[in-house]
Amino acid sequence: MRFDWIAKYWPLLIDGAIQTVSLLAISVSVGFVLAIGLAFAQVSGGLISRNLSRAYCTFLRGTPLLIQLWLLYYGVGSLLPLVPGLRQSFLWPILREGFFFAAVSFTLNFAAYQAVILRGALLSVPKGELEAGRAVGMSPFTLVRRIWLPRAIRIALPTIAGEVVLQLKSTPLAFTVTVMDLYAVAYKVRQDTLLVYEPLIVVTLFYVSLTAVIARSFKFVEAQVPIRR
Amino acid sequence: MNPQQTAALQIENVHKTFGGLEVLRGISLTAKKGDVISIIGSSGSGKSTLLRCINLLEKPDQGSIIVAGEELKLKPARQGGLEPVDRRQLERLRTGLGMVFQSFNLWAHRTVLENLIEAPIHVQGKSRREAIEKAEALLAKVGLSDKRDTYPAFLSGGQQQRAAIARALCMDPAVMLFDEPTSALDPELVGEVLKVIRDLAEEGRTMLLVTHEMAFARDVSSHVVFLDKGEIAEQGPPQQVFDAPLTERARSFTNGFSR
Repeated sequence: MRFDWIAKYWPLLIDGAIQTVSLLAISVSVGFVLAIGLAFAQVSGGLISRNLSRAYCTFLRGTPLLIQLWLLYYGVGSLLPLVPGLRQSFLWPILREGFFFAAVSFTLNFAAYQAVILRGALLSVPKGELEAGRAVGMSPFTLVRRIWLPRAIRIALPTIAGEVVLQLKSTPLAFTVTVMDLYAVAYKVRQDTLLVYEPLIVVTLFYVSLTAVIARSFKFVEAQVPIRR
Repeated sequence: MNPQQTAALQIENVHKTFGGLEVLRGISLTAKKGDVISIIGSSGSGKSTLLRCINLLEKPDQGSIIVAGEELKLKPARQGGLEPVDRRQLERLRTGLGMVFQSFNLWAHRTVLENLIEAPIHVQGKSRREAIEKAEALLAKVGLSDKRDTYPAFLSGGQQQRAAIARALCMDPAVMLFDEPTSALDPELVGEVLKVIRDLAEEGRTMLLVTHEMAFARDVSSHVVFLDKGEIAEQGPPQQVFDAPLTERARSFTNGFSR
């Protein structure tokens, strides 16, 4: 086993780790906000918004993430330069990067999975607690913000923790659209040094520790409201 | 004085149908300030539905609701029944109607104190300090000061219901609505909740109380309403309804409970 290459490649590894964590953070946080809208559309929306949201979730959960990513990158990505003025705009440096497409596609995909989980959680909040909110004069928005959503998120928290970990492990797909994430760095090190295992071992350790951090954080949040067993 | 002016709560000709079943067939009721009105009747007689129609947790098909002289503006809904014309008016009137549920319905993700200050802060817009001050006074009153930072799941049923009563009182409601407040409790816990309700009655609070606790209803009420098949079959002072009912229906119902 040789690990002397780390001395030379550690700046790249750090950069890769930042890319991976950024992809995870963006897709989880933005995806979660989208999921809230999608879930409420299914739980209390009208016929049209309910069905649109369902169709969205079925479509995005029903196709491989890799294909979604490629459809965006090679499909939408090749159309973007045709939009007049876009290439000259200040947005172009972002829009031409693989990172942008990876972030968008991971976000949309995470939102779909999260919406389904949240929908179930929203429905499992006891009806009486919502009635209690209405009975004290809460507006629909206050009820959602203070009671319904926080209560549902608590119910879904263990499942959400699992989803975030899964999402972390989807991020190496970004490698296929030129993002220099952690996996891409490992790949490069392997190419350069012809070492088969060592780079993989290093990134494996990184993924495991990140998973541990995620699990710990969710445990901490869960512990804020004690549950009686 | 004109009772129209002093009525804390007045409902007129309330009708409610659940899928073809007529649960309420034109109920009218007036609660003057300080009245304690018990609503009794067998299961399925519409007691709880009546209470829930008052704060529109259930949408009545017909009728009017007047809280402290202000009529709740209602209009026919597309799906049938009535709905509020102005959501904000409903929300405002609801703050004046303190509801206590059979199953307590405390918010499980908040401590007892947080349950109490939730609506004063986020509905009435009071300051946190003011809300906490009031909540602590009410917790002391219902004997739960030591549980202020406990989550509902760690309380007994009786404690949860006392906390729920305190939560309703935090809004300074003009009328308290009790929907079978002791029906979900173990028998040994009923007493502590009834004591709190009795204290409120003695304070002169206006209350509507749906209950199966006949002895308590007789003791604490100024007025008893006996509901049967969605109609008021008999009403009057407790002595009349329990001891000398005028109607056969009331007689056969209350006979089942006397001794």
